[in-house]
Amino acid sequence: MAGAAVLRRLTWQVARVAELVDETAQTRTIALEPPDWRGHRAGQHVDVRLTAEDGYQAQRSYSIASAPEQERLEITVERLPDGEVSTYLVGELRSGDGLELRGPIGGYFVWEAADGGPLLLLAGGSGVVPLMAMSRHRALVGSDVPTRLVYSSRTIDDVIYREELGRLAAGGSGFEVVQTLTRAQPAGWTGYSRRVDADLLQETAWPAADSPLAYVCGPTSFVEVCAAGLVDLGYEPERIKTERFGPTGG
Amino acid sequence: MSFVSRGFRGRGRDEGPPGRVPPGQYVEHGFPVLSAGPTPHTSLEVWDLSIVGEIDEPKGWTWKEFRALESEAVTVDIHCVTKWSKLGTRWEGVSLDTIFDGVETEAQYVMAFSDGGYTTNVPLEDIRGGKAWVAFAYDGEPLEAEHGGPARLLVPHLYFWKSAKWLRGFRLMAEDEPGFWESLGYHIYGDPWREQRYSGD
Repeated sequence: MAGAAVLRRLTWQVARVAELVDETAQTRTIALEPPDWRGHRAGQHVDVRLTAEDGYQAQRSYSIASAPEQERLEITVERLPDGEVSTYLVGELRSGDGLELRGPIGGYFVWEAADGGPLLLLAGGSGVVPLMAMSRHRALVGSDVPTRLVYSSRTIDDVIYREELGRLAAGGSGFEVVQTLTRAQPAGWTGYSRRVDADLLQETAWPAADSPLAYVCGPTSFVEVCAAGLVDLGYEPERIKTERFGPTGG
Repeated sequence: MSFVSRGFRGRGRDEGPPGRVPPGQYVEHGFPVLSAGPTPHTSLEVWDLSIVGEIDEPKGWTWKEFRALESEAVTVDIHCVTKWSKLGTRWEGVSLDTIFDGVETEAQYVMAFSDGGYTTNVPLEDIRGGKAWVAFAYDGEPLEAEHGGPARLLVPHLYFWKSAKWLRGFRLMAEDEPGFWESLGYHIYGDPWREQRYSGD
């Protein structure tokens, strides 16, 4: 379970907000230009710090959405009910503002093309963000590692990166997207229509015999069901990496 | 600090009672779960707790033996490096003073190790002297697997990743060595009051 050491001191810096893109009604991508960014690996996150006039501060962590190969650093933030920081980032922040951050952070929930596969990405809601960084990295380095993204959303309007995922899946590089909509489905929906469970994993996950590498990110209940389900299917526990978004009021 | 986030007023400000919430933390009322892999489920029949490494006679307890040790109820504040703090959490566990009673060692550090391969390093003096426990109950109930059950380390004065879930033992070490997160860029010691989140903080 060892990984590369990250020994460089992580200092706070003020990045310029270059662009804001509303992905869904609740999520927004923030493209950033930090003055001193030495690159990241797909799956890592940054810490964001907000400071009020009177000096009050609030910090939160956000997964990086962009691939290391992309010019700008992007995070995608979901507005949480009563979320002090997410409400500001999704509702108040404007292009041209400064945003204080430090990173990259985390060296375990990362995937690089050299890590191989077959790769199974399991996303619940905005848990898709770090998995998107991996998918983009895979595409930008021309990797043909067989990859399947199983992505659970409430409704079609809650699907983040919908068009881009469609393009990636149509690219002929061995990238597949399996969608499930748990709350409501549009007419003619051909994907799954229920929460990810053991049966759904049985139908969509790579066979354990292929020794797949799995990354699971989403709310705790989603991660517990997925990780336990993969272990039951015979996946090696040390090849299942998880990242959990609890109801942390962020 | 010179930078101000335009338009940010900070409407949460749940900073908690004075002196209880370290810098950069906010008060959380739920109990978020964070772990790097699947939740292990070890049956109590095969579970044991051991002390190995720089010790003449390794020590060990079966679950039954462990639960026969004197335990105590503790109410402590916990601080996760992902920024949440939870105040007044109620645990029951065995003091590390009881676990390490009679252990003679030159070692000054321990590596806590867990089911699933997780490790975390702590100075021995930080887990002795009434500062740490092996907890087996939370809020009056047996500790759930997703929160580290059957038993987890509880070292509340350090960031919560030091409170290893699914604890199985301690390796006594003469020299400090980084554990799992400590070798991935997180701080070697992890004092929330000095905001030692990452290497170099």
